[in-house]
Amino acid sequence: MSETSAQQAHVHAPPEGFLRKYVFSLDHKVIGKQYYALALVAVFTGMFLSWLMRIHMVWPNAKIPGLELLSKVGAPGGIMTPEYYLSLMTMHGTLMVFFVLTNAPFAAFGNYFLPIQIGAEDMAFPRFNMMSFWTTFVAWAVLMLAFVIPDGPPIAGWTEYTPLSAIGKDAGPGMEWGASLWGISIALFCVGSLLGALNFIATTLDLRAKGMTLMRMPLCTWAWFITSCIALLAFAVLLPACILLILDRHAGTSFFIPAGIVASDRLQPHSGGSPLLWQHLFWFFGHPEVYIAILPSMGIVSHILINSMRKPLLSAKVVIYSMMSIGFLSYMVWGHHMFLSGMNPMSGLAFSFPTLTITIPATILTLIWLGSLYGANIQINSASLFALGFISMFVAGGVSGFLLAQPSIDIYLHATYFVVGHFHMVMGVASLFGVFAGTYFWFPKMTGRFMNEGLGKLHFWITFIGTYCIFMPFHYLGLIGNVRRYQSFVDDYMAPYLGVHKFMTIAALITGAGQLIFLFNLIYSRFKGKPAPDNPWNATSLEWSIPSPPPWNNFGGKHPVVYHDPFQYGVKGSKGDFVMQDSPEQVPASGD
Amino acid sequence: MASTTAPTVVTQAARLSSERASRSGIWVGIFAITMSFMAFTSALVVREGSTDWGHLVLPSILYLNTLALLASSVTFEFSRRHMALITGGRLRSEASANLWLVVTLALGISFCVGQYFAWQDLRAQGIYLATNPNSSFFYVLTFIHALHVTAGIGAFLYLLGRLLTANGTVRRSFFENTAIYWHFMGVLWVYLLLLCRMKL
Amino acid sequence: MGKFFAIVLVIIAVASAYPILAHHFPLPEDISTHGHLIDDQLNETMVEAGVSFVGAQLVLAAFLWSFTGRKPGSPLKNFPGGARILVVFAFVIVGLEVLALGVLGQKAWASVYFTAPSADALQVQAQAEQFAFYFRYPGPDGKFGQLHPEKIDEGNQNYFGLDPENDVAARDDIVSGELVIPVNKEIHLMMHGKDVGHSFYVRELRIQQDFMPGLDLAVHFTATKVGKYEIVCTQLCGLGHYNMKAYLNVMSQADYDNWLKQQSQ
Repeated sequence: MSETSAQQAHVHAPPEGFLRKYVFSLDHKVIGKQYYALALVAVFTGMFLSWLMRIHMVWPNAKIPGLELLSKVGAPGGIMTPEYYLSLMTMHGTLMVFFVLTNAPFAAFGNYFLPIQIGAEDMAFPRFNMMSFWTTFVAWAVLMLAFVIPDGPPIAGWTEYTPLSAIGKDAGPGMEWGASLWGISIALFCVGSLLGALNFIATTLDLRAKGMTLMRMPLCTWAWFITSCIALLAFAVLLPACILLILDRHAGTSFFIPAGIVASDRLQPHSGGSPLLWQHLFWFFGHPEVYIAILPSMGIVSHILINSMRKPLLSAKVVIYSMMSIGFLSYMVWGHHMFLSGMNPMSGLAFSFPTLTITIPATILTLIWLGSLYGANIQINSASLFALGFISMFVAGGVSGFLLAQPSIDIYLHATYFVVGHFHMVMGVASLFGVFAGTYFWFPKMTGRFMNEGLGKLHFWITFIGTYCIFMPFHYLGLIGNVRRYQSFVDDYMAPYLGVHKFMTIAALITGAGQLIFLFNLIYSRFKGKPAPDNPWNATSLEWSIPSPPPWNNFGGKHPVVYHDPFQYGVKGSKGDFVMQDSPEQVPASGD
Repeated sequence: MASTTAPTVVTQAARLSSERASRSGIWVGIFAITMSFMAFTSALVVREGSTDWGHLVLPSILYLNTLALLASSVTFEFSRRHMALITGGRLRSEASANLWLVVTLALGISFCVGQYFAWQDLRAQGIYLATNPNSSFFYVLTFIHALHVTAGIGAFLYLLGRLLTANGTVRRSFFENTAIYWHFMGVLWVYLLLLCRMKL
Repeated sequence: MGKFFAIVLVIIAVASAYPILAHHFPLPEDISTHGHLIDDQLNETMVEAGVSFVGAQLVLAAFLWSFTGRKPGSPLKNFPGGARILVVFAFVIVGLEVLALGVLGQKAWASVYFTAPSADALQVQAQAEQFAFYFRYPGPDGKFGQLHPEKIDEGNQNYFGLDPENDVAARDDIVSGELVIPVNKEIHLMMHGKDVGHSFYVRELRIQQDFMPGLDLAVHFTATKVGKYEIVCTQLCGLGHYNMKAYLNVMSQADYDNWLKQQSQ
């Protein structure tokens, strides 16, 4: 029995009732928006924490009005204690890496747009999808609970190295229940992410519409697919690690704690465990995780750039293979976080070679983006500004990797601000630029309204210049040996450089304020933005062939049929210089 | 447009792609579970290098449990042979299918109960989770595996719940995916048993 | 706005490169025998990173200048050579370059980690704990006493958990809060972690190594200049991490011998 496009097909019934429509929704679009909302809350929380951190670093004895409301113990009289600085730092990192950078570019936009872009009615497993979001939400709630408990959040950093994180309250404040809440939260996050990755993979492989071959998928779809493959393996390793950590903390086991540890004058009742084991397990997850953070943004940026410059990339295949090889190589490099950890120095060399090799696909991608701009007809708007800014940021953050990848140089630069500058620029800023670009680009589709262009451009300039001002100096400070994770700088050699820290703090506060413009724009435009047509950007991929906002079943019960790849720009189409993927019209052969 | 009170109508194409997706899903899930146990295995190998690594004598009931689990895979296949395919990609029980399914469920439950007895056996000897690294891994590996087996048992309960009603049918893809998952539980258990025997 | 973007990019590229080119953030003086290998490697890599960074920003700026705000209907062009030449460039030029960095760079790594300390290197043991470093010398008998974690008594300054009553070798061990060493003598620093992870970092010595509780780690180095240098902890170890430091005190051989004699009394 062959399908006809007129036949109705329902994966699930249309939602009824408030709870089913907006809370426990099976609709991938609602779930995508829920992930986005969670990421929004997390990013503003994380940003607020970073303000507190930066203010304290520069004025350690300052009274921050109201801080004692957040924690009487952590900030008596509004003056932050050294341990509370570390608590805020740990929560900043955990929120940003997990709940922002994994949620926003991947879970939020991926959930919303992957099914539509491949012509499906929903994800393969809508119930798992709903469970995946709510598990992630509970994970976030458990993490936030750490702020409320008397001892406060853990102080061991988002990497929670053992034995510091494993021996319990003798390790210091926040290390009793705070660290346990962290472990439970992240274990739950792993479960949610695994369910999500499963959904993305099965959906991409099996629910593509007729004519939607793998090579005709948009580049962001490819990025989400590759990311979900990486995420499946990575989170499958972090989950056991968190379980073992929780057991060491509460069940008296010794997976990560060796014998003879004396903390708080107490000989810890553990023996035989290996702290290095935690690092191996954590970074086996941790390195692929940073590619989980950047790959979706690479895909989103590619997708938007093609549309903004009215011209395909020089080679979509090369971009796809480069993203795949980055994903593959990401599993071979985790030891570069551990060069000085005491692992066999031979391993150090071994890990440095694949680390350096990742430069190759990263360079290919950058050159393809740059090379494709040549001879293009680049349209400037908020979305394309962030997409172009991504290229600048990715290079800026990436080249410091040349230094950190080499163990010899890492002897000097490890644990300095050089590393902090590197990962903030390439992961924090560049990845976030992809999210911003995606927001401005897809907002009209998701809401039927445009975001305000003037405010969007203002947001871009403040953010672009601001983040350079904040994070470039991190690299310089690293070169003089400014150590990271310090709540203030008491060492003699740091005295001449405190002014640089002040500059960075001011820049951070201004740039942060600029993000409030974005938040305002988001909320205001949702209700009062200029109405947008179905295809405001004259784009080719399937999401632009359906109404804005899309109906609950995406294609109104029809099965889309795909005739082209999404790169038909700069051609003589019936609607303009482009041909949509589901348009049966033939594309005239172009001269180029 | 279909009203919400009408049953959901699924075209054959949509059903086939949904079936393919759930097949992909079960294999992807198995892959992830395998990866997690690989992580536990590597933790074991690293931990084995410490001087306090001893030797754990495995409770002998484990071998009985193994037989039960492997037998349950066989009985599940017997059940499958007696399922009839009807239109719409669904299966209906014929002859002794339901009986074999009940036997499979019983064997699965007895595996879990047997594992519990294995833990009791160790506890009676004063060997608990934190007693030594060998026991830690034993409890962790067997418990996490049993947790996954319980999920499979949940699937059996669902299958039986459907099939035991008059004219009850189940989706063929669900039945077959449960089979794949359940056989994987057996394969995984054999691996874990060998790992425990050789290393613990 | 495209042209404005291009100008901003050029300014950013120049402003970012300037502090490096003007040596506003110089590496601290190198007082070690192996440090020049690291410095050379760092400076060379910095050049390559810098050229890549500035080059990419300038190319982006140039293309933004030329290809934004074009008249509608302007012809589209493709980069000459297309994707192929870029892929070749990435593999051949960049690939060879980074692999060369990796191969050449291992010299410095090897000099620190693949050479054993010489037989007559001065042995000192460093212990890192929350939140201080302590250093132990074997004393006139040349033997280190055994460590007993259960005997650690901070209040009585028995940081290492020595048992001089029962352990002869421990009786003459010297414990110091400062790492005092003679200049131009190879030091074999054995590293013992008492509680959680810490790290030993002396910028001028170009040495950094984590303490891993449960593992016997060591580094060896030779200091070439007399003076006092800061040792800071670079592995997050708790609330006092920011304040955890000690001094490396490099003395002339004569001064060191005097110091040692004084400690033994």
